[in-house]
Amino acid sequence: MSANRVSYTLDSTLETVNSAEETAGRMAAEAGFDDEEVMKISMAVREAAVNAVLHGNAYDPTKKVTLAFERTARDLIIVIRDQGKGLDASRIPDPLAPENLLKTSGRGIFLIRSFMDVVEIHPSKTGTEFRMIKHVHGSAADSKEASQ
Amino acid sequence: MTMKSSTRQVDGVTIVDLSGRITLGEGSVVLRDVVRDLLSKGQKKILLNLGDVNYIDSSGIGELVSAYTTCKNQGGELKLLNLTKKVHDLLQITKLYTVFDVKDDEAAGVKAFGQ
Repeated sequence: MSANRVSYTLDSTLETVNSAEETAGRMAAEAGFDDEEVMKISMAVREAAVNAVLHGNAYDPTKKVTLAFERTARDLIIVIRDQGKGLDASRIPDPLAPENLLKTSGRGIFLIRSFMDVVEIHPSKTGTEFRMIKHVHGSAADSKEASQ
Repeated sequence: MTMKSSTRQVDGVTIVDLSGRITLGEGSVVLRDVVRDLLSKGQKKILLNLGDVNYIDSSGIGELVSAYTTCKNQGGELKLLNLTKKVHDLLQITKLYTVFDVKDDEAAGVKAFGQ
């Protein structure tokens, strides 16, 4: 199966967050994920988009968010990139630590990691890239590949 | 996509019926405004009915936490009622399920205030 890839360049707005979530849900459903997995994937993408729009680009109208989906036989690969200063994820406190439970923010990346199979965060001086992978389980693609 | 809210009084407890999504933007703002408004009027026993809340993101979770702590800091109580499976699961993985007082029966939820 050849890879299918589609990408979008989006403004740093709240509409982008909603659009990214909706597009991810549609892509995930088309990739054969069940409703619960679709919800997890779309929520992970929403959180990554929130991070890009708010914390990365800080709603700067001159900065863009790029969102790309790639479907392979094994995976749905989603990449979100902003044009911010670069996120140092190691500095984000553990939201599950007792002293942080009542904090009102800081759970987005935790949720992304909880909902996706692989999460890579690549910060640089020109922005941060989230690369998120969800494995396709029990799909027609898996069966086809297994028979080859 | 938007969130709606309405309030009613039962035995001195304000039940806030929420429906829709509690997410960054409008949903979180609606929740914040409702809770602030109730507290400003001295209504400090608040039962948030989330039975028709079908989606909540990290911002919405943060807003729930904020509502809980704001209420507590003002000498009030805030409890959650009728969590959907999605919201229940989210509170579980974020370890907030044990922080909030969660009820699945309205009458029991109302009775639980002040005990």
